Amino acid sequence: MKLRIKRRRFGQLMIASTLVTAIANFPQRTFAQKKLLSPTPPSSMEASSVPVKLRVNGAEHALEIDPRVTLLDALRERIGLTGTKKGCDHGQCGACTVLVDGRRINSCLTLAVMQEGAAITTIEGLAQGDKLHPMQAAFIKHDGFQCGYCTPGQICSAVGLLNEGHAKTDDEVRELMSGNICRCGAYPNIVNAIQEARSQQT
Amino acid sequence: MNDPTNKAIGKPLDRVDGRLKVTGAARYAAEFPLKNMAHAVLVQSAIAKGRITNIDTSAAQKSPGVLAVITHLNAPKLASPQSGGGDSSGGDAQVTAANAQSGESGSAGGENPFEKPVPVLQSDQINFYGQHIGVVVAETLEQARHAATLLRVTYREERPATVMAANLANAYKPQSLLIPLKPDTQRGDIQGGLKAADVQVDHTYTTPNEHHQPMEAHATTAVWDGGQLTLYDSSQNVNGVQKTVANTLRIPPENIRVIASFVGGGFGSKYPVRGHTILAAIAAQQVKRPVKLVVTREQMFTSVGFRSHSSQRIRLGAKKDGKLTAISHEIHTQTSVFEEFIEHVGVATPMLYDTQNLLVTHRGVRLNLPTPTIMRAPGESPGMFAFESAMDELAYALKLDPIELRLRNEPERDLEKGLPWSSRSLVESFRQGAKSFGWERRNPEPRSMRDGRYLIGMGTATATYPTNRMPSSAKVRLLADGSAQVYLAATDIGTGTYTMLTQIAADALGIPTERVRVEIGDTKMPRTPGSGGSWGAASYGSAVQSACVAVRAKILGMARLDPRSPLKGLSNVGMDIREGRIFSKRDSSRGETYQEILARNNLKVTEAEVESTPDEAAKKYSMHAFGAQFAQVRVDPDLGMVRVTRFLGTYGAGRILNPKTARSQMIGGIIMGIGMALHEETVVDDRYGHFVNHNLGEYHVPVHADIPAIEAFFVKENDPHVNPLGIKGVGEIGIVGVAAAVANAVYHATGKRIRDLPITPDKLL
Ligand code: FES
Ligand code: FES
Repeated sequence: MKLRIKRRRFGQLMIASTLVTAIANFPQRTFAQKKLLSPTPPSSMEASSVPVKLRVNGAEHALEIDPRVTLLDALRERIGLTGTKKGCDHGQCGACTVLVDGRRINSCLTLAVMQEGAAITTIEGLAQGDKLHPMQAAFIKHDGFQCGYCTPGQICSAVGLLNEGHAKTDDEVRELMSGNICRCGAYPNIVNAIQEARSQQT
Repeated sequence: MNDPTNKAIGKPLDRVDGRLKVTGAARYAAEFPLKNMAHAVLVQSAIAKGRITNIDTSAAQKSPGVLAVITHLNAPKLASPQSGGGDSSGGDAQVTAANAQSGESGSAGGENPFEKPVPVLQSDQINFYGQHIGVVVAETLEQARHAATLLRVTYREERPATVMAANLANAYKPQSLLIPLKPDTQRGDIQGGLKAADVQVDHTYTTPNEHHQPMEAHATTAVWDGGQLTLYDSSQNVNGVQKTVANTLRIPPENIRVIASFVGGGFGSKYPVRGHTILAAIAAQQVKRPVKLVVTREQMFTSVGFRSHSSQRIRLGAKKDGKLTAISHEIHTQTSVFEEFIEHVGVATPMLYDTQNLLVTHRGVRLNLPTPTIMRAPGESPGMFAFESAMDELAYALKLDPIELRLRNEPERDLEKGLPWSSRSLVESFRQGAKSFGWERRNPEPRSMRDGRYLIGMGTATATYPTNRMPSSAKVRLLADGSAQVYLAATDIGTGTYTMLTQIAADALGIPTERVRVEIGDTKMPRTPGSGGSWGAASYGSAVQSACVAVRAKILGMARLDPRSPLKGLSNVGMDIREGRIFSKRDSSRGETYQEILARNNLKVTEAEVESTPDEAAKKYSMHAFGAQFAQVRVDPDLGMVRVTRFLGTYGAGRILNPKTARSQMIGGIIMGIGMALHEETVVDDRYGHFVNHNLGEYHVPVHADIPAIEAFFVKENDPHVNPLGIKGVGEIGIVGVAAAVANAVYHATGKRIRDLPITPDKLL
């Protein structure tokens, strides 16, 4: 909560400072658009790929990848597990949430090469065969989604939340799920789904 | 036999696509696995106005994995909207087909504005910051993304116009708006009406630039196979994409297939075709491989439209008893320098309340920003914030309860169109909503209600949205096993299309919902309008209903004439269907199943395809959904922080096909409205014309912690005039009036009237 207030207030300060900035002159300047952080790394470095073994939903995947590949892109583009979604690629939406050793993380904020040896669980790994994970079933029952794009992230995050064991009240659930944005606005239904899954757990 | 048995319609059926969505199996546009896929990344301008004097692509070309670098210097020549197939005369890049209200049936000129060519990379001219100036294609996303940073672009920059308030002197009257509403509407004598008033209010309200930001960023996967192009596109309107891309690339639409099985939200941004879709198609053609292009979240702010800033002066006049004597609503919004989209902000004003004297005007200001576009309840959403805030101000000026003020101005008919209402449940919505919200507990005095150190406020506002229906087709196949398949091009952007069409088909055929499979989101299927204008349910639903009726009639026809059938000789009205079994109403033992009829006739399948068009009779009525929004807020008097602690919406929206998914739509609309009220604003840097807060960390959409428990319910409304199924549509009304209800509650809590959205703490301190 405190963090959120700060974030919002900081935004307002930024906006205010933009407004008071003097208006620049444009005598038909000519300038170049270039990358701020040059120089170009040697191409040999980019071309090189590294071997990495990822354990996803119990299965081992041996990949040869560019070290710049995030865990999210490794899942989606290399392994073909597209259930994990990309909403912002910047850690600001939670669509890419997966469980790493039982803890929820934003898979867009970690490189695949950093996750060797970890047990990664994605939305595809939650159901037991045909039997849905109780959280998945609760999301359907409470209509905890509309377009479904934030849903895998919400569900993985909710499972992680229950693992953490400290969300009890609706307000706590809301606070601790705030890293997962749903633009369709399914929040009240998601909270109901999580509370039902939580009550079944105990 | 004429009525559907109505077993599924009206039931809170779980989403039929729910399982696919909760297991991650639903595939969105960037998720179709294709062999040999290449990745494309957009490059965008770093100035808002001027010309590109040079683009040096040599470093990018040499970067590992790069397959192509496309800029205006080597892009293929595309059709332009002006020529429809010729030269793009200077105007240029990024002319999205945004400038039309979601293809409403009445849109003037005959030519569908959502099918006009969308040229990109056609000249060196820059019209706004973030305009596409190139696309880089490489083996991997990482390689393309890196190479895109290696382009050296040189510009000759000119001073852009980027802020509406600073350019009001250049405001102009548009030729037309995008729906059948004239830029100016006048009725009676506005000056006389204001003079006759005992009480007047006269204030100006503003809404900021706002962005849709669906969670799935726009994306296109393009695949050429000879002259055939397949596009997996995050679109609300597959037929529109097919036509627009055909017009832009000058190829026959039959050569293009567009697939959008699942769409990760849209809210209007995915209705028009965007430049990146064209670029994906061009790139795939050039590298002769499938190409995937995903717009980044930052690029989403300049690439797919937004809701324009609006400035709205409202003058109201009323007699002491609250009867309105005049309504004046003068509106300014912005458009871009290269095409026109003037939002119909005043659309609801002429019909909402009972007044003889009315003035509504729309003026536009051209800026070096991207072209605005339709966003959830375009028109009503910003317009009703201003109008319903002003109504609250008037209620206070009159010392009248705000609900009572609205009830005293309830019009008997639509005074603008001069037509009777097909149905209007505004009064009933206020009555039931107020009761359930506990409105009578509200002490109208501002700052009179407290909870400890917090100030508490309650506010209300009217919601409304027109009932639309578009021509649509559908095909239904009944199979030998008694199950049914439903096909149409339609999309489900979270609206529940799959589910409600399943319910409609199940009832129309008299079979259980589990026996129906709906397939949508593909131009291979019968043509439909896109998802927009809240017309999906009415348009798609009517088509599916008619196709089912046609299939059923075929099968019953076979049985009635067949001496081997127990149904022989029975009339349509003499029969009933339940669980796929057709029987005589008089003697239910006399009957047989679809399977038996098909088997006896050696048929694997019986099918029918229909095109269903709106009924002429509907034109005799003014058709709208209405509702009442109620907000309770808690304001921290020291910090100016506003929290919505309770929200209730009550709506009359015709027949509700699925109360579960419809309620979710209303709640979703309310939440977006709370975002509009308290958080959302895209800030323009007036020096460079770029959107400063172009990410989800700084463009604040509501998150879990911002949203309380929300209630939404529908009052019973049986409207026989709108369409045979009695559907009004629920996609947009949920957001309308929400910002006003919150602002009115904030006034009640604090005594401060905030007329400029969003209501941030600085405005309350
Ligand atoms: S995609 Fe990772 S947080 Fe948004
Ligand atoms: S369901 Fe669409 S964003 Fe959450």
